[in-house]
Amino acid sequence: MLRRVTRRWRRSIQVRVVSSTLVVSAIVVALLGFVVLQQVKQGLIQAKLRSSVAEQQLGVSNARTLLSSDAGTLDVQALLQEVVQALSPAQGGSEGGYEVVGYELVTGTQSFTQPALNPDLLASSVPDKLRKALNGNSQYYYTYTRLVYDDGPRSPGSAVHNYSSYPGLIIGSSMQVPAGSFNTYQFYYLFSLQQPQQTLALVWRTLLFSGIALVVLLAGIAWLVTRQVVTPVRMAARIAERLADGRLQERMKPKGEDDLARLAASFNKMADSLQRQIRRLEELSRIQRRFVSDVSHELRTPLTTVRMAADVLHEARADFDPASARSAELLQTQLDRFESLLGDLLEISRHDAGAASLEADALDVRDLVRRVVDATEPLAVRRGSVVAVHMPDEPCICEADGRRVERILRNLLVNAAEHGEGSPIDVYVVADAAVVAIAVRDHGIGLRPGESSLVFNRFWRADPARARTTGGTGLGLSIASEDARLHGGRLQAWGERGKGSQFVLTLPRQAGSIVTSSPIPVEPPDASSDETPPTNGATPQAKPASHHPGSILALRGRRG
Amino acid sequence: MKGRVLVVDDDTALAEMLGIVLRGEGIEPFFVFDGDKALAAFRETKPDLVLLDLMLPGTDGIDVCRQIRAESGVPIVMLTAKSDTVDVVVGLESGADDYVVKPFKPKELVARLRARLRRTDEPAAETIAIGDLSIDVAGHAVSRSGGQIPLTPLEFDLLVALAKKPRHVFSREVLLEQVWGYRHAADTRLVNVHVQRLRSKVELDPERPEIVVTVRGVGYKAGPA
Repeated sequence: MLRRVTRRWRRSIQVRVVSSTLVVSAIVVALLGFVVLQQVKQGLIQAKLRSSVAEQQLGVSNARTLLSSDAGTLDVQALLQEVVQALSPAQGGSEGGYEVVGYELVTGTQSFTQPALNPDLLASSVPDKLRKALNGNSQYYYTYTRLVYDDGPRSPGSAVHNYSSYPGLIIGSSMQVPAGSFNTYQFYYLFSLQQPQQTLALVWRTLLFSGIALVVLLAGIAWLVTRQVVTPVRMAARIAERLADGRLQERMKPKGEDDLARLAASFNKMADSLQRQIRRLEELSRIQRRFVSDVSHELRTPLTTVRMAADVLHEARADFDPASARSAELLQTQLDRFESLLGDLLEISRHDAGAASLEADALDVRDLVRRVVDATEPLAVRRGSVVAVHMPDEPCICEADGRRVERILRNLLVNAAEHGEGSPIDVYVVADAAVVAIAVRDHGIGLRPGESSLVFNRFWRADPARARTTGGTGLGLSIASEDARLHGGRLQAWGERGKGSQFVLTLPRQAGSIVTSSPIPVEPPDASSDETPPTNGATPQAKPASHHPGSILALRGRRG
Repeated sequence: MKGRVLVVDDDTALAEMLGIVLRGEGIEPFFVFDGDKALAAFRETKPDLVLLDLMLPGTDGIDVCRQIRAESGVPIVMLTAKSDTVDVVVGLESGADDYVVKPFKPKELVARLRARLRRTDEPAAETIAIGDLSIDVAGHAVSRSGGQIPLTPLEFDLLVALAKKPRHVFSREVLLEQVWGYRHAADTRLVNVHVQRLRSKVELDPERPEIVVTVRGVGYKAGPA
């Protein structure tokens, strides 16, 4: 879930803008609301305090008057009650009005308490702290406290009572009447703060709702605004995608003259230019391919005639004088060379023009290998090499162009025979679920460091002075590597001076896939030692029974 | 072996050279240099084989092939400088039995011509039934429910080779050897295209073949007898 959210965040400007607007405005609105609330609260409380103090002071002076007039009376309780009654408002109660509680303190003797007129107000509502602070002071003190009211028994007849409390303001004053006597009277005015509190609650609710509404509206506005920008951008992205897919005639529709319209116009210009370029390149490629095809045809017809003529002469050379006879022979062999060079050149130019087509068929690679080995056997025998084939028992079906693969294998085997210097040549076939790999290993002259990549270059020769009996064109490996790539496979080379070389052809079994790894490593496992190479990392297979010169053994290999 | 070959090619040097080579093999060559004149020359000379170049002035080689094929089952071998599959397939589908790519080794060409000319000696008279077809081997005729199906000799040979061993799978190389007579690996596309041609003629539904069945990765076989 979290991953989906973060992905949406990353992929959409709109989501980012809207949510950050939401967050920021929520914070700002919350802050403002808080400030406003505090101000209102302060204001309300100050107002209440002022009016309460005024009321209280008035009451206190009344009390003083009353007490002075009754000074000397012995019934302090009655006096207190009279004063408290006089001070309390006609309609007492917990709603917005106030209560008065009076105390009389005589040091050393009992003190009298006159609770509030409202019997439900508990005297404990007056905090002790305040009472202590008042001792002996003629100032007034006030504090905020909770006024506790007795709501009556929880259930009829129960001794347990429910209590409710409300916030309140208590202002107390103390006086000694007559002045200097031991009679200290304290009067506490208990103001209910319910009214201000309700007002505050109302303000708070209003702020909250309007704040939320504001934030939501802001988010909505942000969404609308970004939509104006994002929609054309998204459309541009979609059209660009379609362009990339190859639909070169896609264009944007610029509306108006603003920045987005300019974007659209530039985009269209770019698309036009791209389309022109691509068309031009396609045309060039087409022309090139036609040229290759035409050249091919033009060259081949006279070459055929020359070929036939040379052949006729070659057949009849017994009747010629030695010079002419020899000429006829040379003509024949060089024509062979010319023909293969021409063929290779045309093949590689087809690869270059991208005109090489793959005719894939499902074939058993083992048959191909056997055929090519049979065909190149005479050459190998002539060079003193023995070819051993190691392949699995099961068919290795692969979708490939048989003609091309045979050409690759023929090239590899001929090279192995040429450079093998009479050493044994091994051909391995290994198949796994996705690829088929064929390796041709010789133990001959090998390659120098760095040459394993050069070897696929056109007309590259390992040793320019080497005698070439088979008259290779120098393009064989280049064509082979291109053919491998055409299949989506690859051809790799390894070699070491004196240890020989190995060429590994890896092809995907399914036409259209690309080969990423090969079951046969390019560097053979025996490169560092001199033992018989194992095949596929499984337990090394049995050594070939014997190498009969001039024959090919197909061994029962273990499938990797 | 005696034989008459009609050479249809506009390149006079090549044609002349071909003539020299063919005569050296005891084959009698006849020449035509123009596509328009090809059909007439064919009717006139009644050759045992036609060697046809694809690039011709006038009527195109493909059309000449179709024209001749419409009239006769004579072996036609295409000569072409183009080895692209498209061209080869088009040529084979228009009725050619084989194609040779220029430049070719004359010995190879001659061997192929001989293979095509040789097939006239056919053995025992027998009738093979395959699917709902009835094949008269000696009479070179294939029929279904009494209606004859015209096949070129090569198509016929292909069908017979498969039908003689029903359910036996023939690889393309084996077919090339048995039917075309080519011992060395030749282009297996020949087989592919001829199988398609055969299917289009003998199968009730060429898209779902029942008589000539493909065995993936191996080759072809004749379906249940």
